[in-house]
Amino acid sequence: MTDPLLDVRDVEVRYPGRGLRSSGFLALRGVSLDIREGETVGLVGESGSGKTTLGRAILGLAPVTSGGIGYRGREISGLSRRQRRALSDQIQVVFQDPYSSLNPSMTIEAILGEPLTARGRTGGEAGRRIAELLERVALPSDAGRRLPREFSGGQRQRIAIARALALEPRLIVCDEAVSALDLSNRARILRLLTEIQETTGVSYLFVSHDLAVVRHISHRVAVMYRGEIVESGDGDTVTSDPAHPYTRRLLLAAPVPDPDLQARRRRERAALSDRENHERPA
Amino acid sequence: MTQETARRRRAPGRGLLARLFANPASAVSLAFLFSVAIVVVLGEPLAPRDPNHSSLYDILSAPGGEYPLGTDGAGRDVLSRLLVATRVSVLAALLALAVSLVLGVAGGMLAGYYGGWFDTVSTWLTSLVMSLPAIVVLLAARAVLGPSVWLSMAVFGVILSPVFFRLVYSLVSSVREELYVDAARVSGLGDARIMGRHILAVVRAPIIVQAAIVTSTAIAVQSGLEFLGLGDSSVPTWGGMLNEGFANIYRAPMLLLWPALTIALTSVALAMLANTLRDELEGGNRSAEGRGDGEGDKENGSREAAHAPIRHGAEQADAGRELLTVRGLRVGYRTPAGITEVVHGVDLSVGRGEVHGLVGESGSGKTQTAFAVMGLLSRGGRVLEGSVSFDGEDLVTGGESALARIRGRGIGYVPQEPMSNLDPSFTIGSQLVEPLRVCLGMDRRAARARALELLERVGIPDPERTFSSYPHQVSGGMAQRVLIAGAVSTEPALLIADEPTTALDVTVQAEVLDLLRDLRQDLDMGVLLVTHDFGVVADLCDRVSVMRSGHIVETGPTREIFHRARHPYTRSLLDSILDGGGARGPLAPTDRKGVTP
Repeated sequence: MTDPLLDVRDVEVRYPGRGLRSSGFLALRGVSLDIREGETVGLVGESGSGKTTLGRAILGLAPVTSGGIGYRGREISGLSRRQRRALSDQIQVVFQDPYSSLNPSMTIEAILGEPLTARGRTGGEAGRRIAELLERVALPSDAGRRLPREFSGGQRQRIAIARALALEPRLIVCDEAVSALDLSNRARILRLLTEIQETTGVSYLFVSHDLAVVRHISHRVAVMYRGEIVESGDGDTVTSDPAHPYTRRLLLAAPVPDPDLQARRRRERAALSDRENHERPA
Repeated sequence: MTQETARRRRAPGRGLLARLFANPASAVSLAFLFSVAIVVVLGEPLAPRDPNHSSLYDILSAPGGEYPLGTDGAGRDVLSRLLVATRVSVLAALLALAVSLVLGVAGGMLAGYYGGWFDTVSTWLTSLVMSLPAIVVLLAARAVLGPSVWLSMAVFGVILSPVFFRLVYSLVSSVREELYVDAARVSGLGDARIMGRHILAVVRAPIIVQAAIVTSTAIAVQSGLEFLGLGDSSVPTWGGMLNEGFANIYRAPMLLLWPALTIALTSVALAMLANTLRDELEGGNRSAEGRGDGEGDKENGSREAAHAPIRHGAEQADAGRELLTVRGLRVGYRTPAGITEVVHGVDLSVGRGEVHGLVGESGSGKTQTAFAVMGLLSRGGRVLEGSVSFDGEDLVTGGESALARIRGRGIGYVPQEPMSNLDPSFTIGSQLVEPLRVCLGMDRRAARARALELLERVGIPDPERTFSSYPHQVSGGMAQRVLIAGAVSTEPALLIADEPTTALDVTVQAEVLDLLRDLRQDLDMGVLLVTHDFGVVADLCDRVSVMRSGHIVETGPTREIFHRARHPYTRSLLDSILDGGGARGPLAPTDRKGVTP
């Protein structure tokens, strides 16, 4: 099967500005990207690069002002809220902040049951599915009756992943899904995501500012800068031998956790920025 | 489903009624309001006589005997009138509440959730209603619609609805931005369900509190109108009885007492209930949002209490260069259950011109250690034991006066969140100039010149413009440079930086790290760098201490820690690092097709 699962073509997102004269803010300037079944595409960029907006556009949470998003050959940008709801068992999300992405006043059971009951699953069936989900993300089975505040950041992110998995989607947008986590939790959650992908064949769009994380989890990587994809290709090449100057700068700016390698990287970065400074006037 | 819903309902408001009854003020108010409610329901059958039957033989008879509370100027039984009036007055006030609730809450929810034209129109209407003087409108309504208490209270409900509209509108517009609402939308929930389950839950508590206040306002205004004689005299109400009593104030002063007492007690009970409800409902929510980081770590704390840190090499690099020496530092917080210790005996030292990294995961106590050094622990926290010696002076025994001398001049501080550490209402320049004038006693002109020099020093391209900008006008990276400029402006011997680059993009982080490295070199400054990022440690630090659960588990020169870590925890942290690991590689070599750029 060579047809992509998701096909983003020349998507432009413009947020309306205040006032009549304002042309608004152009968050995405013609972005194209495709994701195949069972594949992880990493999307790297700094704040304001538009990487989160692209994820939100795919989820139907940001207005696509031109271009299109095809899902299994069907156009899904600009759907009505009702039509969009029907896609909830296909495309799901895991957000960055495990604190604000779970309603603090709802029990875990209610949070996980929500997408199920919205789809008309009955009590017993939903209960069994919730137990399955908790087991899938390695949370204790009594977790269901507790409130989000009783869990640590890493555990909350597991709950968010379980919610995303509830309807067995084919694509999960992970928006900085591990950025708020501690080092050891980060590695565990990434392992969990990879495992889930290997057993279910789900695809991920993995949005992150961290090149090392993206390199670790992605089959392919795209780099965003100021609302555009400046470089994309297979993960290893983009994250170790990038072609675009911005990606190079990004790579050299990320400190390596080894004092000697980092000293070398620092010198390379200084050399690169010297070169750029010389080139700029020309 | 019903079982699940019931459990969910119970979970957030667990024991609210029990908590209200535990508080004497709300218990008394609730008991009183409950008896009022009984009178409202049973008032008419309970009344011994017809409230409107006047007996000309018994005009203004004293309380006792046939008439327990006496009779009024028309010879009507006061007790019967009071019982029926309670029913009418309270129900009319509840009508006002119901009207304002329906209009205000529904309008506020729809306007806040959907925005758009409905938002514009309803906000405009709300402002219009708010600008109308309530009493004039009520008088006009009476003139047009007649003297019905129900009609006037329905109109009053409309006048009160902006109270709920504004409240709900502002709450809903902020909740709408929460990620869990987005997640619910992606989960396929309909708008009605999202509003019912996620948004109503948040606005519920403030609405209940506001409802108690609005009801008591409605009772007061209604009584006022009736007291002025604008009501329907055939229907007994509290205000009407007040009017009647006032007319006979010289002949039977007791007549005023009964309606006045019920009005006052009901209003006071509602106000007291609103207050305690606010404390219980909203106070409870606040603690519910408290983030439970590191709770799991506490259990490990005692298990490891006996471990001494693993030390690599000599502790102090150069004799005579000591700057900061921390010995056996224990930090605790007062909690209702006693004192919770978060730092259990930490030894630490920073030499002049040395960068010492304090590494650990969230909840490890690294920030608490740094704060304790500066004497900036948040409320309830204090140093339980140990010494912090800075340049030969003990900051723990020296107390606030020693700290005040040291802060700024001796120790500079760079916080994690640049934006929340700049005061939004002052220009960056004035925030930089002030410490220079206070700490170094510079005059305005010299301080300004120095501040501009510092801004240039930290790599800000247009110092003049940044100097006169407000914090919201500069980017996060610029704000962090400004804070660093402020921290080093007094040329402190020691800089304490708490995750100084965590909130920044990597390219900006690299520049800020370069800046810190240069400053350290130029000013021979010692730096205590709190971080969770081993990349930052590798880049900048000379020595590293690894913290876990309030203990330092391992300490030594950076290279030693990276290459010869001995503590299992340090090793597990280093193993979790993803950098330098292999890439995942393409999905299927046969299906290799680049992403269209």
